[in-house]
Amino acid sequence: MEKSAENKIIQDLLPQEFGKQGKIWVIGLLAVCALGAFAYGRQLYYGLEVTGLRDYVSWGIYISNFVFFVAISLVGSLITAVLRLTNVHWSTPLTRIAEIIAVSAITFASLIIIVDMGRPERFYNLFLHGRLQSPIIWDVIVITTYFFISLLLLYFPLLPDLKIMIAFKERNGKWLQKLYEILGSFWKNKPAQFKITNKAINILSISIIPVAFAIHTVTSWLFATTYRPGWDSTNFGAYFISGAFLVGSGGVLIAMYVFRTHYKLEKYITDDHFDRMGKVVVLLALLYLYFNVNEFLVPAFKMKKSEEEHLLGLFTGEFAPVFWFAIFTAMIIPIGILLFKKGRRPKAAFIAGILVVVGSWFKRYLIVTPTLLHPFLPMHDVPANYKHYFPTWEEWSIAGGSLAGALLVITFFARIFPIIPIHETIIETESHENN
Amino acid sequence: MKTNDNSRREFLATSLLTGAALVGCGTKSPFIPDEVADVKPSGEMVKLLSVDGEIIEVDKAFLKPIPEMPNVTNDEARIGIPGKKFAMVIDLSRCKNLKKCQSACNHMHHIHPGQNWIKVYPMQEADHTAPYWQPTTCMHCDEPPCVKVCPVDATFKRKDGAVLIDSDRCVGCRFCMAACPYSTRVFNWEEPKVEKELAAIPYNCETSVPQKKGTVGKCDFCPDMVRQGSLPHCVSACPNGVFFFGDILEDTVTNGSETFRFSDLIRDKAGYRLMEDLGTKPSVYYLPPVNRNFPFENHEIEEKKD
Repeated sequence: MEKSAENKIIQDLLPQEFGKQGKIWVIGLLAVCALGAFAYGRQLYYGLEVTGLRDYVSWGIYISNFVFFVAISLVGSLITAVLRLTNVHWSTPLTRIAEIIAVSAITFASLIIIVDMGRPERFYNLFLHGRLQSPIIWDVIVITTYFFISLLLLYFPLLPDLKIMIAFKERNGKWLQKLYEILGSFWKNKPAQFKITNKAINILSISIIPVAFAIHTVTSWLFATTYRPGWDSTNFGAYFISGAFLVGSGGVLIAMYVFRTHYKLEKYITDDHFDRMGKVVVLLALLYLYFNVNEFLVPAFKMKKSEEEHLLGLFTGEFAPVFWFAIFTAMIIPIGILLFKKGRRPKAAFIAGILVVVGSWFKRYLIVTPTLLHPFLPMHDVPANYKHYFPTWEEWSIAGGSLAGALLVITFFARIFPIIPIHETIIETESHENN
Repeated sequence: MKTNDNSRREFLATSLLTGAALVGCGTKSPFIPDEVADVKPSGEMVKLLSVDGEIIEVDKAFLKPIPEMPNVTNDEARIGIPGKKFAMVIDLSRCKNLKKCQSACNHMHHIHPGQNWIKVYPMQEADHTAPYWQPTTCMHCDEPPCVKVCPVDATFKRKDGAVLIDSDRCVGCRFCMAACPYSTRVFNWEEPKVEKELAAIPYNCETSVPQKKGTVGKCDFCPDMVRQGSLPHCVSACPNGVFFFGDILEDTVTNGSETFRFSDLIRDKAGYRLMEDLGTKPSVYYLPPVNRNFPFENHEIEEKKD
């Protein structure tokens, strides 16, 4: 490949400073995070009293946000591992986007679960007195493992890019240059180094698949290991995993579009990428729809007494608007858009991605809360406000702050590192030309 | 305290004791029994919490240890009372929703206003079946779902059958509340509203007092009362003798005035347990609401209608 073509790729893909839009975006996110931090300060001082949670609905949007974060983080394993191992090459420019979504989401999943604890300062008890039969301990183990594997899968492919970036000393400025050198100055593009990292990436790609399945299956077991109607389901593991791949892929569609338009990457994230990614999302949406039919139709056919109140609440009762909103926005409308070639063009696919992610957030809310409002024994001998749940402003702020925080991590990552792998793009282009 | 003897060992022991006493409350430890019959008032008053939950003032010189209140360590409280297996029998034919059980329990455990460890449910299984009152405590299951899911062993099952909570260890994840099918657990959403003196005493798994912010609470079968040879507060508070408490190994249960052979009572009155199909194996048995002492009158519903 010609040197000039290579330089063009490098110039196109090097991280860029925030423009005016970028600065407004960052300040906006920081403001939301600050509000969340303030609300959490209040919660630490007054206790979980400041939330809308009470004895019956003891898990609310913190937990549904946790499930959402764990779900969206699964996409890292799908794009980097599953597609890599099946020798799919078109997804190469998307791997880093998927992996940073995974790392940032799993980080905030851990944070939001600490926010939900009544005694966060006793977190160390999980290590001091941890008991292996509790699904929470399984979750702690697999989420920690997933976090580190994802971090390494982000880092290893970054090494050749770090070498490229270190060469641009003046452009980088003092701090970034120092950061790049700390992270990657040992990388010399030696064949032996490539050999060893490729091997490591292969091992990580294989091992992350069972771990990814484990994090979301175990998360589903936090519910499925109880007796409650709506949670007591053997379908839950597969139902959660399929939903997780769906929301993660929807997130990738959004990120692709935003990075492409903002950084002018039309040459690297092409219309073809949207077309293919759109097909992935439609397949996953159909799969998730299938599991939803299983999850609701089978118990609804029998209408056992304990399930009846819960199911009717979702279908026609109190939660019906949210339920049908979630089913339509997360699955049916995106399927309708993405099944058609026109719908897989960048803008339409972007809108479908937004629908998937928003619908999926509400879907998680519906998995957690309505079940708790239908206990086996009727709600009784409690103050009137214990029988309903609506999140308080503190909860919305904290949940919003965590979402903003995750976006902030992705934003800063794209500012500091090339969001599309430079080295791999050069290699791919070369192999294309040789063919 | 004698300090005249100069043997090395005693010197060490006494200095330790004196140290402890100094840290505690002055030179004279109230916990060492005083053999001298005539106690002279020291003039120094101490605030105490009476058994009725009231704050009283007593001269320090009159303080004596209470032998029937053994100091149970956390380790002992986790094992339980040796040779016992507690059970409760709730006779639904005697309950008329007086809720004396509830108020006694709330009072003795200083439960947050509005929350209850004992609930009295108006039950009616189907349209044409008879309504009845069903008091529920913690079921103290032999296969407790709450204990299974607790990540830190803060809620635990004892050999004597009681399921208790260590509020000094609980991290407040509320997984136990989601796991319990009997909705028996409550959470301290805010700082418990108890007197300063009470809040300052160390938490005891057997009394479940004082409740702590950000942790879970529930009925504990009052093992502190049992250790003293008394009955749980709900049992002694009920004027209708609804609650029977006892030991399955001794095969006896009592409500204070009547005592039955547990196996006879369950056989003769067709005792059963709640949600048997879940496999939780509760320690609380129910006698069906037949041949009732009182008609079912639900004033709560009537009040709502008015």
